[in-house]
Amino acid sequence: MNATPWYSGTSAALPPLSRRGFLWLGAGAATAYLAGCGGDSVGGGADGEGVGGFSGEDYAGAALTLTYWNGFTGGDGPAMQALVKKFVSEHDNIEIKTNSISWPDFYQQLPAATQAGKGPDVGAMHLDQIATTAARQVIVPLDDLAEALDLAEEDFAPSVWGPGIYNDERYGIPFDVHCLAMYYNKDHFDEPGISEPPTDAASFDEAMTKLQGAGFDTPFWMPNLWPSHLMFLSLLWQFGGEPYGEDGTEATFGDEAGVKALSWMVEQIDKGYSPTNVEADAQYTAFKNGDTSVTWDGIWQINDLQASGLPFGVPSIPTIGDEPAVWANSHQFFLTREAADDEDRSNAAKTYIGWLSEQSADWSAAGMIPARNSAREEPAYQESVQYALNEQTEYLHFLSAVPGLGGVTPETIEVAVNEAMLGVKPPEEALMDAQEDAVQLLEEVLSRYGE
Amino acid sequence: MTSPPGCSSYLALFVTFVLIPIVYGLWISLHSWDFMLPDKPFIGLDNYISLMSPDSVNFSPFWQSMQASAIFTVASVPLLLVVPLAVALVMNANFRGRNVVRAIYFAPYVLGVAVVGVVWRFVLDTNVGALNWLLGALGLPDSIAWLSSLPAAWVALVGVTVWWTLGFNAVIFLAGLQDIPKELYEAAKVDGASKWQAFRNVTLPGLRQVTAFVTMITIIASANMFGQSYVMTSGAPGPENKTLQAGLATLQAANSVRYDLLMAAAVIASVPVLLLFVIAQRYVIEGVSRSGVKG
Repeated sequence: MNATPWYSGTSAALPPLSRRGFLWLGAGAATAYLAGCGGDSVGGGADGEGVGGFSGEDYAGAALTLTYWNGFTGGDGPAMQALVKKFVSEHDNIEIKTNSISWPDFYQQLPAATQAGKGPDVGAMHLDQIATTAARQVIVPLDDLAEALDLAEEDFAPSVWGPGIYNDERYGIPFDVHCLAMYYNKDHFDEPGISEPPTDAASFDEAMTKLQGAGFDTPFWMPNLWPSHLMFLSLLWQFGGEPYGEDGTEATFGDEAGVKALSWMVEQIDKGYSPTNVEADAQYTAFKNGDTSVTWDGIWQINDLQASGLPFGVPSIPTIGDEPAVWANSHQFFLTREAADDEDRSNAAKTYIGWLSEQSADWSAAGMIPARNSAREEPAYQESVQYALNEQTEYLHFLSAVPGLGGVTPETIEVAVNEAMLGVKPPEEALMDAQEDAVQLLEEVLSRYGE
Repeated sequence: MTSPPGCSSYLALFVTFVLIPIVYGLWISLHSWDFMLPDKPFIGLDNYISLMSPDSVNFSPFWQSMQASAIFTVASVPLLLVVPLAVALVMNANFRGRNVVRAIYFAPYVLGVAVVGVVWRFVLDTNVGALNWLLGALGLPDSIAWLSSLPAAWVALVGVTVWWTLGFNAVIFLAGLQDIPKELYEAAKVDGASKWQAFRNVTLPGLRQVTAFVTMITIIASANMFGQSYVMTSGAPGPENKTLQAGLATLQAANSVRYDLLMAAAVIASVPVLLLFVIAQRYVIEGVSRSGVKG
């Protein structure tokens, strides 16, 4: 729990420095920075002015404090704190005040706080929220920073690169990619002699039967809440479906692929691999306690499971449908409207974002996958547990970043999956009902954001 | 405040914190309102019509949560009157350790709803919870889905709420009991009344206004029940046991920014409780002064 109070950043209470003092500080910071990153410069440096006033040079002005918001409250929290500490130790004139709040609260508070002038200067958010937040004018374009950082489209997967752009301007600087994966208990798998983690529907089913034979009665607990809709989305894509039409005007998750996906999930309960009514977080607790052998969850849980000492493996989820596919999302950095109004804060914030974006390999310590193709070549990532998922990076699917779409999924897809998993409605019916709702909600969203 | 607040300062407070927000809320409900978007076009009664027409996407979540709140209120209010009254009668008697008993009954009330919800979620979990384990150990059915099937979820929500808040109502009843003059009981005794007759003819009439007050605040609290359902069941199974507040909370979750629709829903939802209050306010105000609770 990171209960840092809301904090509106003001200059740190340092004694005034002489002009020479400033220069000295700036130089010190720059050297420390270069030493820390092995000479990998942030930006173009010599090629002068960037767009929007940020040149790529480290901020060298008066000492100030930036407010930084994020939702890293899980196993990823300590890794982020370590990065912040490192940044502060390398930049004498920039202090960082971090506020970590759970993601749902984060998205609710960010616009309100920004409107009230109490928001952060800088923060991290999910890729699929960028467009909505940009449309609501909470965050500002960062094209100058992207240019100064030499962010190049070819260094990123198109699915991570594209959605950071709204109305031809870049609002998000990609940091990482995270996806769903299959966790399995190695001790359980050893018992009936399953040597390889399952990779498709048949081998998955076989493994479940073997596990049951070895005395693990319910080897695969199926949640009815989080992250069941992420499992559904992954399977939907595997069966060739799409949750929404490209431009976000249509809902298509209830078609044949969706029914196949959800039916497979319900089948796991019907076959007795999972108990009924697996409630919030119970499947994860059960996996941690060794009561179930397999669970699908986000890779951000890796740190937590490692700390628990459980012998686990974390390969890709098996290909149940016709082609490999898995749900993914990405954390991206943003700058708020509030910070953009002040040139010093804005430059300091861009220095900070630029620095963090270069640490994406070190961020592997949080269980994440670096967003840059080049960072995925670095040892920090290649030696991490999640490197086992590296092949999966080409099968990642992201929800489309259409303004307002983020609010539709919880009221439609999540409800349908919940109802089907609890046996309240058969999969077809649950999906059809939710799809009808989604069509109406999408119309509302369009009338609100569509120009 | 240095000078005693006169009529005008009350009026100022009333206008600032009550009247303006109400009018502003009504105004919002008639516009397509997002505080982050520059345009806030007037949409008339669209939101109200959308909540009232059965083929609208907003109809069933809203009325389902209205219904859930109604079910919860009907199920919990009688229990929240009878049980605390019984507890208050016991606590009013003279016995050793009375203060300890009073403290024990009141203790859960000091916990926040998030704590109560999370703790009970562990206890009530279908597969890994303590309650089902205990039932199993006693040879009873041990696979009841307390948090994700109906009507078991109602039993769980009402049970937890009674456990959590009964201490508060009991304390108010206790204050009411101590207000009943001893002479009345003595007179009843002289007249040869039994304990039950004394309860019927002295205690209950003496508690009339306090009971009206407790009933009113309990109805309001139950109709507004939010945390238990939000934390414990997270809206499973489906939206059927999401109470009004939990339903509204999902309406405004994350990025669905439909503040105007929410305002319209809130306006409709406050009508029943408001009507009830208008009818019962005389008793409630008397009850407040009788039980010494400053509302």
